[in-house]
Amino acid sequence: MQIYLPIAEVSVNAFLLLGLGGMVGILSGMFGVGGGFLMTPLLFFIGIPPAVAVATEANQIVASSFSGVLAHFRRRTVDLKMGTVLLLGGLTGAALGVVVFNYLKSLGQVDLLVRLCYVVFLGVIGSLMFVESLNAIRKTRKGATPAKRRQRGWIHALPFKMRFRTSGLYISVIPPLVVGLLVGVLSAIMGVGGGFIMVPAMIYLLGMPTKVVVGTSLFQIIFVTAFTTMLHATTNFTVDVVLAVLLLVGGVIGAQIGTVIGAKLPAEQLRVMLAALVLAVCIKLGLDLLLQPTELYSLGTAGGH
Amino acid sequence: MYRLIAALCLFCLPAAAAQEEVVLGLSQDRVSITADFDGSEILIFGAVKREAPIPEGPPLEVVVTVAGPSEPVIVRRKERKFGIWVNADSIEVDSAPSFYAVATSAPFHDSLTNTEDLRYKISVERAIRSVGADMNVEGAQDFAAAVIRIRENEGLYSILEDTVAVDEQTLFRTSIQMPADLTEGDYAARIFLTRGGKVVSTFETSIDVRKVGLERFLYNMSRQQPIWYGLMSLVIAIAAGWGASTVFRLLREN
Repeated sequence: MQIYLPIAEVSVNAFLLLGLGGMVGILSGMFGVGGGFLMTPLLFFIGIPPAVAVATEANQIVASSFSGVLAHFRRRTVDLKMGTVLLLGGLTGAALGVVVFNYLKSLGQVDLLVRLCYVVFLGVIGSLMFVESLNAIRKTRKGATPAKRRQRGWIHALPFKMRFRTSGLYISVIPPLVVGLLVGVLSAIMGVGGGFIMVPAMIYLLGMPTKVVVGTSLFQIIFVTAFTTMLHATTNFTVDVVLAVLLLVGGVIGAQIGTVIGAKLPAEQLRVMLAALVLAVCIKLGLDLLLQPTELYSLGTAGGH
Repeated sequence: MYRLIAALCLFCLPAAAAQEEVVLGLSQDRVSITADFDGSEILIFGAVKREAPIPEGPPLEVVVTVAGPSEPVIVRRKERKFGIWVNADSIEVDSAPSFYAVATSAPFHDSLTNTEDLRYKISVERAIRSVGADMNVEGAQDFAAAVIRIRENEGLYSILEDTVAVDEQTLFRTSIQMPADLTEGDYAARIFLTRGGKVVSTFETSIDVRKVGLERFLYNMSRQQPIWYGLMSLVIAIAAGWGASTVFRLLREN
């Protein structure tokens, strides 16, 4: 069934969008990532104009994250205090990111920088997670208890300490604020919720337990992406609500299924799978940059992206 | 009153001087883009009105064009730099129609000479205007050609030769398929009557392509009340997220 999207001004198959939403929703619920880093390139691929894809995706992430976070609230796996601290950093970062984005746009080549950002970040995070979680799995197989990540380094020497009871942490608020800020900047530039950066940062930098990480990440993604949606809707007029509804109907259902699957799998396996997924997207984007494209020319609207 | 009629007669004289004129019919003079819009076929038909018998010489040919609203387009070309493919040169094409179809009753170059094509801007190549092309960029012509190639692949530009049926040099008809990915605006339909490659008569009318109903409402709202539009999108998103979560919890409890 073809549906004409009023803002994107293209006609697409409604079931295709529902299916895409569902698939990405499952991943979102399983890993606590918004799924934007997968969905945005997929939307480009089916012919949605990039500006509309990025803005609408932000709106869809609000829905799937909200659906996911409710399930986590019931299981008490959301650290509200940590979420709020991350969020404060995140909103500041998103506003900064928009400024950086517009500056890059005035220089041209913003496309390339966004792609390079994706390749570098997905590559680094993916490989780190992959190696680390493989090691963890090997250790549990040998029967040894998994080593507790207790970093007693410089992070614990910082001032303004705060107790995060749900995460079982007593650390300074500066690292979470900085993590939130950096992720906010990146998510505004790359047009994603930033979960795929946030989740590993929380595990490896802040030392939060994996089970709490997913819910807390979803919690703060809701607010950052809601903020981004409003920015896009009021400045670029590129949020397509029809597209968003189709994606989110699939997405929210998928997110529920994903949360159930995620709760049943061991944390290490979950991390290996997320790492593999991140690496796959990274390789795909990297190849696009390295191989000669079949069409050297591309069209854009004057004054736009 | 008489003076008005006299004036009207005077205006009509030059028109009457043309030997052959188009009397046109369209299956529809407006295209409504609804939520389930899936492209549209427009039937263009008409007759040639003439005061004198059919002139001797080469037969009458009919060329029909339908053009969407024109907009400037930026064309970028990728080049390999430091091992990766990046956008290097770009050219702004001043004006390119969002949709363009040409239908002819004979092979294109039999229906029309190059001079006449240049004068009336009938072929796709002529319909695209790129006067301001940057001469510093190597192969500036390739950029305009790229616009045509890319849009032809997307089904937005087409040349349909031998698709206008002409009966007795008087009646003609053709149909033009408009794709689902249409942009809004006034689409210009032009009909050219040619003999021996020379244009003997032209006729122009417009087809109104508009979003209607829900599509219209949402589009207007996004431009006129962006804050409410954004909030509405968020409310829908949160309601859907909450709804799905509740439904699934109830399903699991039962």
